[in-house]
Amino acid sequence: MAVGDTRSSNFFDFIVDRDTERCIECLVCIQQCPYDANIHRTVEPKGVVSDFAKCTGCHRCEAICPTGCITIRRNPSQFREHDIWTDWHIKNLYKQTATGGVLLTGSGNDYEYPIYWDHILLDACQVTNPSIDPLREPMELRTYLGSKPDKLEFEEKEGKIELKTELAPQLVLEVPVLFSAMSYGAINLNLCEALARTAEAMGTLYNTGEGGLHKRLYRYGKNTIVQVASGRFGVDIDYLSVAAAAEIKIGQGAKPGIGGHLPGEKVGEDVSKTRMIPIGTDALSPAPQHDIYSIEDLKQLIFAIKEATNYEKPVSVKIAAVHNSAAIASGIVRAGADIVAIDGFRGGTGAAPTMIRNNVGIPIELALASVDQRLRDEGIRSHASIIAAGGFRNSADVVKAIALGADAVYIATPALIAVGCTMCQKCYTGKCPWGITTNDPYLAKRLNPDIATEQLINLLRAWSREIKEFMGAMGINAIESLRGNRERLRGVNLTERELGILGIKHAGESW
Amino acid sequence: MKRVYPKEEVCMACRLCEIACIVEHSEYKDIFWAFRSEKPRQLPKTKVEELGPLSFSANCRHCKEPACIEACITGALYRTDEEHPVLIDKDRCVACWMCIMACPYGSINRDERNGTRHSTKCDLCPDKEIPACVKACPNRALIYEER
Repeated sequence: MAVGDTRSSNFFDFIVDRDTERCIECLVCIQQCPYDANIHRTVEPKGVVSDFAKCTGCHRCEAICPTGCITIRRNPSQFREHDIWTDWHIKNLYKQTATGGVLLTGSGNDYEYPIYWDHILLDACQVTNPSIDPLREPMELRTYLGSKPDKLEFEEKEGKIELKTELAPQLVLEVPVLFSAMSYGAINLNLCEALARTAEAMGTLYNTGEGGLHKRLYRYGKNTIVQVASGRFGVDIDYLSVAAAAEIKIGQGAKPGIGGHLPGEKVGEDVSKTRMIPIGTDALSPAPQHDIYSIEDLKQLIFAIKEATNYEKPVSVKIAAVHNSAAIASGIVRAGADIVAIDGFRGGTGAAPTMIRNNVGIPIELALASVDQRLRDEGIRSHASIIAAGGFRNSADVVKAIALGADAVYIATPALIAVGCTMCQKCYTGKCPWGITTNDPYLAKRLNPDIATEQLINLLRAWSREIKEFMGAMGINAIESLRGNRERLRGVNLTERELGILGIKHAGESW
Repeated sequence: MKRVYPKEEVCMACRLCEIACIVEHSEYKDIFWAFRSEKPRQLPKTKVEELGPLSFSANCRHCKEPACIEACITGALYRTDEEHPVLIDKDRCVACWMCIMACPYGSINRDERNGTRHSTKCDLCPDKEIPACVKACPNRALIYEER
């Protein structure tokens, strides 16, 4: 706060409501708040009080208080109603005029844009074709990611029929949900380990993000997608060899066109070794990959990675969902990528400029539908798998995405919420009170990898059970049969144009 | 026998174990009674030791060959056999603090409330299947098991 500016201290966002009848002054709320919002007064009037200006609304103290005496509330104080100049805009300007800086935030876009998932409805069987009971009949969620051949050729060898076509490397998923890229540095090693262990237990994959792979996690290599991003952190032959697949990161849904910045304070000994940069230096990921300035350059990098890994691993290319995603994706597939990952504008991040996060990119639903359609029209859809990412909230979103044309989806925010995140959006401070987006050893201990693994396994287990229920209701016993099956989707409250882009009929329209 | 083992790497020093211990040893086993009404307040029998990010709840190990029993001059510290916890008979304790000196884990503390003086230590919550501290730990940093 600038001297002489009381606006940021008094126009606070949250109130720490403490029921003094129930407060036993055990001080656990003080110990747990990394922002020092709770204070123990040892002079009169004694007791535990709070500095509301410091509260970020993370609810950590509320969750841990043994008597439940704390309630975190929105500060009801409001400026005069104004539909354009809302509190949010006014407070942002106050913050900026106090510091002259770019507004920062964490997590995904919180602006009110249409969520197309909520305007898409799923089909179910009635009379003419039977639904299936997933508890009594086998349901197949297994998914193969990678380039598929246009046709299969066979040959006869010593009386046996053998496959002549050489198949491209595939990733096998037992559930069509992967954990998306979150780098070691942005999240701590405890969470990286929990994600890796969950991926192994559930037969899926997690993505390292651009922060390299800690040596302790090499044993989960078969369930790891390693990222090659613009900063090239931690990329060497061991990193590429140990993983199941490599992903070239071009863009991220939360901040398309923007690079990353891990502040030097977060680069301790382990992060430094893993990222292969000196201790205490800022880890700056440039906005572009400096050796990719054209689709031809991308092709070179894809094949450099394939060459380095003996053509044994699929290579994925991740882009942010932007206006020309469909044409870009076509280029990526033609450049030789086995997987195209598209990250919608609701995708999360550890840190992004607020204005970029809220205003750049397009919704994943539209991007996914247009990419799938374009690749089909060009006859190259089978040459690569599509992973959709950015803003998946539940299993219904996943089912709708698969019916829209995705082979699998990436989730990250649900995984963070599974392990405690309350979406306070302060990841960029590096002081996550839940021990998630912090490397401070004092805070990182709060994330017990054993507990987190159980929670993440439960998340994927619950979603896969629900996906099977949806499939059963639709009379589908293999997720393959749902992929790109837009006939099983109907739109509500959408314009002709939106329905056209999504490639679905309006509710009420039948064959 | 089952003992309480701290897991230093996930102890976040919240001290909910201490709070649970105070409540469990209070007269009515009620948190509001224990903290607001009972005078004097019970002392926690486990203590969180902290140095920077390093922390753990220092519980009595109920050692196979307890140095505290060896050091006790009055026989106040006792145990029936190796399968039972090391306990203290307050009435026999003369507050020489030799047990505190002898304990290699710092798990015994002085109780000097109300003018009486004696040692106090973990009794593994005889009324409970799982000790209160273990149950209260929000991060599974205390494990109750046979090792």
